[in-house]
Amino acid sequence: MIEYVTGSEFIVLMIKIFVIFGGVMGALAYLSWLERKLMARVQMRPGPTRVGPFGLLQPIADGLKFLFKEDVIPTHSNRFLYIAAPIVSLVPALLSFSVIPFGPSLQITDLSVGLLFIFAVTSLGIYGIALGGWASNSKYPLMGAIRSSAQMISYELSLTLSVVGVLMIANTLSLAELVTAQQSTWLGIIPRWNIFLQPVAFVVYLVSAVAETNRLPFDLAESEQELVAGWHTEYSSMKFAMFMLAEYANVVTVSSLATIMFFGGWTGPMFGPALLQMALPTVWFLLKVSIFIFFYVLMRATVPRFRYDQLMRFGWKVLLPLSLANIVVTSFVVAIS
Amino acid sequence: MIQILFFFFAAIAVGAALNVLVQKHVLYSALSLILMLTAVSVLFILLQADFLAVINVIVYAGAIMVLFVFVIMLLNLPEDEDGADRLRWLKFIGIPLGLFFLVLVVTTLWNLEANPGTQPQLVGSPAAIGQSLFTDFVLPFEVTSLLILIALMGAVVFAKRDL
Repeated sequence: MIEYVTGSEFIVLMIKIFVIFGGVMGALAYLSWLERKLMARVQMRPGPTRVGPFGLLQPIADGLKFLFKEDVIPTHSNRFLYIAAPIVSLVPALLSFSVIPFGPSLQITDLSVGLLFIFAVTSLGIYGIALGGWASNSKYPLMGAIRSSAQMISYELSLTLSVVGVLMIANTLSLAELVTAQQSTWLGIIPRWNIFLQPVAFVVYLVSAVAETNRLPFDLAESEQELVAGWHTEYSSMKFAMFMLAEYANVVTVSSLATIMFFGGWTGPMFGPALLQMALPTVWFLLKVSIFIFFYVLMRATVPRFRYDQLMRFGWKVLLPLSLANIVVTSFVVAIS
Repeated sequence: MIQILFFFFAAIAVGAALNVLVQKHVLYSALSLILMLTAVSVLFILLQADFLAVINVIVYAGAIMVLFVFVIMLLNLPEDEDGADRLRWLKFIGIPLGLFFLVLVVTTLWNLEANPGTQPQLVGSPAAIGQSLFTDFVLPFEVTSLLILIALMGAVVFAKRDL
């Protein structure tokens, strides 16, 4: 339904966009700090310590460095696509934040097909990687891009199919309604989260989400030992930063989706004065998302990389049949009850 | 407002579609096709068919075109050189078929009734589409799924000749 926003609604919407966009961009910058710090601690190193207390100003220093570095465009590259690729990968990654409910009212817009919208825009992110690798006109980026697109197509299937079970239970595609469907409790204590109803779907989702975001056990697109840095080998300065931001944005998106679909989104215990009650849902949401992000970083620090044939076999022969079986079982149960 | 948006995105769609034909390089043609598909998705949204718009992007722009781009990258084709010569005979089929399609479009537009005005609400919602797929159009729906299954099996047979 196309609706027009007027006057005060427009201002509220603008404020929401600024808050969410600003918050997300800041969080993405600090994710790089979190990742470096946490990885360092796992490997018994101090991590960044020099810039500010606990190295907290490191992202700002990094940002300045990215801005002032020389922007190299390789001579034999395809200039137009080389410049377009980072944009193509960052814009869809940020677009998906427009439908994520950070709180009961802190959501830019609640599409009736919000979940599918996120899958649609994230599936466009593949082009950033594919074009970046191709336009560099160099063998390692091309191999990284080809690996990555094959991997992302394969895991997108199980990612999308793992969600179907949740959708059959919740009976909606809107993210806000998905959250409100999980608000009540069983026996007054256990929250009615989908994780208890769909554990298989959750595991499939989590594994394929890691593969979709090209993060470590599945980061074959940029495996350093074989491909230098994979599809972004030739990129430097701000364009490289845009690729990094896009990767972090995708991590946050899949973590938020996991929270919304399986862990009740912004639902959580409510207490205290009215002002606190307004902020609490967003706090719960961010807490749950950050648990997933911690999990991601710790996994990068601990799990070794898969071999490429193992990765493809795992995706097609384990995850896909599992998610299909989950759909069959869930639909039987939903039809009976 | 809707009309401005419509003409803007319609112009993008038509321009991108023309660009698919004009471009010499295969990869640029594929990318223009992606742009065309996303612009058509916006047109779907303007018609309040959100579900169709999103599915259009997921299936065509996000999956099928990725395979196209993937193959083009793998082959790394040079700019089109002798392709035009080899396919010269195609114009004897292409032009009549194109004219036929044009006639179809014109007759459809000619017979179109004036704007119905009282459009039923939520005709493009996932629930409404699912409802009509499994009641009014259940036979075409099942036949299509059978076709896709056959195509899938055919692909497996071609890929693995010694099963």
